[in-house]
Order: sequence, then structure tokens, then C-alpha cells
Amino acid sequence: MTAMADTATLTRPAGPAAAAKPDAAVSVRGICKTYTDVEALRGIDLDIERGKLTTLLGPSGCGKTTLLKIIAGLIDQTSGEVLVNGRAVRGPGPERAFVFQDFALLPWATVMRNVAFGLELRGASKTEREEKARHYIAEVGLAGFEDKYPHELSGGMRQRVGLARALAVDADVLMLDEPFSAVDEQTRRKFQEDLIRLREVEKKTFLFVTHSIEEAVYVSDRIVLLSRRPGRISEIIEPKVDHRASPDEIRRDPHYLDTVESIWQGLRNYVE
Amino acid sequence: MTAPVRLDGHTAGALGAGQVAAAPARRASFDRPILWRILSVALVLGVWEIAGQIPINFAFPPFSEVFAAFLRMMADGSLPAAYAETLKPLVIGVVISTVLGVGLGVAMGLSRLSEWLVAPVFIVLQAAPMAALVPLLTFVYGIGLLSKTLAVILLALPVIALNGYKAIRNANPTLVAMCKSFLGTRRQQIVKVIIPDATPVIFAGLRLGVAAGFIGVMLAELLITPTGIGDLITYHRSVADYAEMYAAVASIVVLSALTLAALQAFEVRVLRPEKRGS
Amino acid sequence: MTIAGWRVPMMASLLVWLVLWEIVGRTGAVFLIPPVTGIVEAGIRLVQTGTWQQATFDTLRSYGLGMALAIGIGVPLGVLMGRSKPADKLLGMWVNLFVSAPLSALVPVLMILFGIGEKTVVATVFLFAVWIIALDTRAGILHVPKSLEEMGRSYLASPVQLYGKIILWAALPEILAGIRLGLIRGVKGVVIGQLLVSILGYGALFELYSRSFDMEHFWAITFMLFAAAMLLSSIVEAFEKRIEYYAGAR
Repeated sequence: MTAMADTATLTRPAGPAAAAKPDAAVSVRGICKTYTDVEALRGIDLDIERGKLTTLLGPSGCGKTTLLKIIAGLIDQTSGEVLVNGRAVRGPGPERAFVFQDFALLPWATVMRNVAFGLELRGASKTEREEKARHYIAEVGLAGFEDKYPHELSGGMRQRVGLARALAVDADVLMLDEPFSAVDEQTRRKFQEDLIRLREVEKKTFLFVTHSIEEAVYVSDRIVLLSRRPGRISEIIEPKVDHRASPDEIRRDPHYLDTVESIWQGLRNYVE
Repeated sequence: MTAPVRLDGHTAGALGAGQVAAAPARRASFDRPILWRILSVALVLGVWEIAGQIPINFAFPPFSEVFAAFLRMMADGSLPAAYAETLKPLVIGVVISTVLGVGLGVAMGLSRLSEWLVAPVFIVLQAAPMAALVPLLTFVYGIGLLSKTLAVILLALPVIALNGYKAIRNANPTLVAMCKSFLGTRRQQIVKVIIPDATPVIFAGLRLGVAAGFIGVMLAELLITPTGIGDLITYHRSVADYAEMYAAVASIVVLSALTLAALQAFEVRVLRPEKRGS
Repeated sequence: MTIAGWRVPMMASLLVWLVLWEIVGRTGAVFLIPPVTGIVEAGIRLVQTGTWQQATFDTLRSYGLGMALAIGIGVPLGVLMGRSKPADKLLGMWVNLFVSAPLSALVPVLMILFGIGEKTVVATVFLFAVWIIALDTRAGILHVPKSLEEMGRSYLASPVQLYGKIILWAALPEILAGIRLGLIRGVKGVVIGQLLVSILGYGALFELYSRSFDMEHFWAITFMLFAAAMLLSSIVEAFEKRIEYYAGAR
């Protein structure tokens, strides 16, 4: 399966990729989405840089999860196209992995099997997938919990399992749909810090959906602000937070606070 | 994510538009179930008709013949007369089961002692094949109305009583606590909070009781007392009038379905205002 | 229930009723009610007879065949209804009709279609059990969280994997609940079928004992049936408990 991902990368410059910027892992071209009588997204154009963490931020109902799921190939767009590594998306693919808001863990399977599940579906041998799963379970800080079941874990730990599962399939693009919304505040902060560290280690493209401004500014290289329904891109912000500083320093940094405030001022129009 | 958020200002426009858009959608989806239902009935009757025309079995008449037989039996009065015979024990049995069952159910729900003493009996009776006891009734009570009524009670009472019990036991504890906090007496608690709160579930039990009652009365008529619809079925079978026999069987199945549907409609309309329109 | 500080299990009250039954039986006041001890003795004698063994074998076979058919058809039917809107709309009405229909009225029809014999009893068991299994399976399938299915799709599960590794497992609590209810209904079906056919298994025994007014034997087989129904139900319930933890966690 990794072989398949590699071929995808190799063929990147061919075909429609010529239109995409060479360093864009994901290119969104004129995506519109209309449900029976609700227009959710209108004319989204977006390049998502390889190796960066991009956040889709916006008020509830702006269609940010819809956009993410269109990129994931879980929902069909009404018009437009999505290119991943230069190839048009027609459904889910091995080069993308999804982390779900409600974790989507198999309650009847252990942490080990859950993390290895993506590999199991690909027909990897038991030893191979367990070896890989063990590595990523350790990487997300759950070593020792391999034989536990999801109901024996806290919300934060469950989401780590979901994250490890996404990492284990070795995709280029990791998509996270409000991964911390079902997690308590303390866990959430710890998780955000881990995410930043993980991004350094894994060198993958992260695409992240959230409705928390602070979270977006804290973790992102780039923030894509979506307007209310029908969702359109209203602004793209690069927070330029220096992640070498300690988390506490960042959270007190005037630049960080100003960015949060200016985004809030921009969004205010939509919620008032 | 896509759920509309209640906001004011210029979101009100979007919300208003949503409501306008939702109205025709609801009308459309209201029309469709009827269409689907017609299609569904047509499909099954069509398959029945074709299977009967082939025929897949010498004793499987097509729907058209069965329907004709139904009209004949309605015209010559044999079906209405049989129904009068069948419905009498059914209604009496269900009424007695309701009074007794709801009474016992409420008692079990409210008193720990009666719960301990009575609930297990009904749990066993509900799981057990009570039909086995129907032949017994004949010895004691002969083949008259009383036997049939008892057969109905035998099958209907356990489910009504158990539902009543569960309904009372599961009455919303927050409401009970609310009543207590406003210094309601135990009597007020029961009459004004627990029983009204439990009514929909009790009524649902009644519906199950009626369904069980239909099974009971048919069993009694087929097994022990050749009267009513059961007799029509047995008689037409013995003289190989299969169309008439199928008509009698289908009519009782349809009647039971209509009765249950009517009870359910009543339940939704009167007892569960929160479910109305959904 | 607590008496003098001791927790008395709920089902213990059945003993009280049995003692009461014994007392009434001993007085001989009610012909229908022989003493419990007499019934138990009759039961022990009965179990050793070839007639009973043959009847039990016949009954178990009809029941087993009918239930296998009901599960084999009911679960796929429920899956179909849960997964396909048109199938649900076309079939839903009929499944709902038959789940609460007076199926005892249908047994005479089965008798002319399948003859007076085992096939009719099997068909009765099937008809009693299949609808509730289909309905509960459907409910279970509709209960499967959308995100679990999306997860399967996003990790490229094949249709077989999607059903075999995700959907059916996630719907398992409801499917098992349906099978439990189906098992209980199936017992009622086998009894009603055999009573109406009346030449087979326990139906023939009921016929025999009630004609000869042999109340002890009559109650002995009735109690056996009751006990079997309760036993079956509690076995499936125990199994359901083992997977209960994930019903809430889905």
C-alpha cells in the first residue's frame, strides 16, 4: 500500500498536476456543494501546502466539515474538483487518512486492533500491522494500553487511538475533523501541543477543522477562514507563531493574542 | 455541523429562508409515503396474484379470487356474523385484561412487596407459550364465550401488566423529584406526575395486549370452539373452498392491523403531543 | 426486595407461588391443579419414556429448523431494509403488519400448503420469529454511527469488509435482541403449530393428556416448555450482556 502512495507521489507532475502548484499537496478547484435546498459551499479555491498544518476555521454551519469530507472523498461535490498529489479525487484514497470528530473506534476491538484497522483492511499481515501499530501507539503516548478496549479509555485517549490509526496507514495528508471537540479542556491543550510536536516528527500535511480560534492560531501554519453559509473563503491568515517557544510563552505572546483578537473581530459579523 | 444555529441579525434571513425551503420539502415527503404505500401494497398483491395464477400450489388461489370471495361473504352476511361472534370475546377479554393488567402493573410499580411477589409471575407468563393452556380451558368452561374470553385474557394480560409495571418504574425521576421539592404529597406524586408520565408506555402495552388478544381468540376458535372467524376458516378448509378460507384469514389479519394502526394513531395524537408531525 | 435486612432475589417469590400451588393441590379442591410434587413426579416418569423423548426430539427439530430459517432470512431482510430506503419503504409496512398479526389464523393456511406435519410446524416457527428479527436487525443497522461507516470507507474497506468487519458488528446488540425475542416467539410458534397440527411432538402429548384428563402429565410438559422458554431467553440475555459494553459506546 505504501507502494501505491509512492506511485501517486511519483506521478504528481503528470496530467492535471501541471495546473496545481508544485508544492500543493491538495488543490481545491471551484468546489460547490448544494444539499437538496441548502447551498453549503460556493466556489472554494484553495491550495494546501505540503508539510504544513492548515486549518479550516469558521462559525458553525459554514460547511468546513463538508469541505473536509469532500477532500476526503466521503461526500461528493456538486461541482468543481479536488486534486491530491495532482490526481483528481474520486472517493477515499490511501494517500489520505481521516481522524473523526467522534473517534469512530470499533468498540468491540482492542486499541491494538483499532490502530491496525486501516492496515487490516488493506490486507497487511498480522505481524506487520501489529508492529506498525505498536510504534504509533507509543508515538501518541498510549504504550501499555494495547489490549484495552475503547470504553476503558478516556475521551482524550480515544482520540489518540484515532490519531494513531490515521498515522499507521502512512498517508501523505492527515485530515482531522474537530478532533478535540469531544475532549475536556486540559486534555485538549496537551493534545494541541502533541499535535505540533507530531507535525515536526511526521512531516505530513495536516488539514484540520476547528471552530476554536485560539486552537487554530496556536497550532496552524495557515488558517483558512470560511464565511457563513453558503461557505466561501473570506480570508487566509498565516499566524506565524514561533513553536520553538514554550506553550505558555506562546499563549501569552502579544502577537498570538492580537491574531486571535483580529480573527474574532472578523468573525463577529457572522455571529452577531 | 449543518444544523442551523439560532442567531439573530442577518442570520435571521438565512433562517427564514430555511423555513420557507423546508415547507415544500415536508409536503413532498408527506406525499411520498402514501405513494410508497400504494406501491408496496400493489407489489405484494401483484406477486400474490401471479403466484396464484401459475399456481404455485393447488391450494393457493390468486388475490382476485380471494377478494371476490371476500365480497361474496360480506354480501351473504356470513362474514359479518362471524365477526360479531369473534369480536365479542375479544373486546370483553381486552377490557378485563386492561383493567386488571393496568391495576396490577401500577401496583407492582409502586409497591416493592407486590413487585417482588407478582412481577416474576408475569415475567414467566410473558415469556412462556401460554397457548399451551388454551386446551385446558375447554374442560372447565366448555366451548362457549367464557372459554374464548379467558383465552384472550390469558394471552393479553401478562404483556399489559408488565408494560404498566415498567412504565411506572421508569417514570421520570427528575419529575418525581420536582414534585417532592414543591412539597407534593405521595398521593399527588402518583396521581399528578407518575401516572400521567407513564401513560404513553401503559398505552403501548395495551396495543401489544390487543395484538396478543387477537392471537388468543383465533387460537381458541381454531382449537376448541368452532365459532366465528375460526369456524369460517375451518369450515371452508374442510370443503376445499380455499378462496373463502383465505378471505377469512386475510380479513382477520387486516382487521388486526387496522385496529393496531388506529390505536397507534390515537397514541401519537393524544398521548404524545411531542411526537406529533414527526 | 429486602426482608429483615436480607436482599431476597426477585425470582424467589416464584417459590412462594409454588408452595401455594402445592397447598391448593393437596386439598384437591381444584381438579385442574394437582400438587406440584405430583407434577414433578409425573415429569420424572415422563422423561424416561420413549414417547416423551421422541416428542422432544420432534419438537426440537421443528424448532431448530424454523429458527435457523428465521435467522437466516430475518437478518439479511433487516440488513436490506436498514441499508436501502426503497426496500424499507416497500417492505416495512408488511413486516410491521406481520410482527403483530394474529399469526395463529395463518396456521390453517400453512396446513393446506405444507400438509399436516412437520413442515407446517417449521413454517409456523419461522413466521412467528422472522419478523421481529428483521425489525430489530433493521433498527440495529440504522443505529450504526455514520462515522463508523465513513471510517471504513476512508480506510478503503471493500463492501465485504464494510459489512463483515464494521456494520454487522456494530448492529450486533440489536440483532441479538431481535434473535432473543425471536427465540421466545419461536417457542410460542412451535407450541401453537403443534397444537393445531396435533399429531406431532408436544402438540400430540397435549392432545393425549387433555383428552384423558391427566393433569399431572399435562402440567409437567407445560412446565417443561415454560422452563425451556425462560432458559433460552436467559442464555441469549447472558450473551447480550457480554457485548453490552459496546452498545453504549458506539
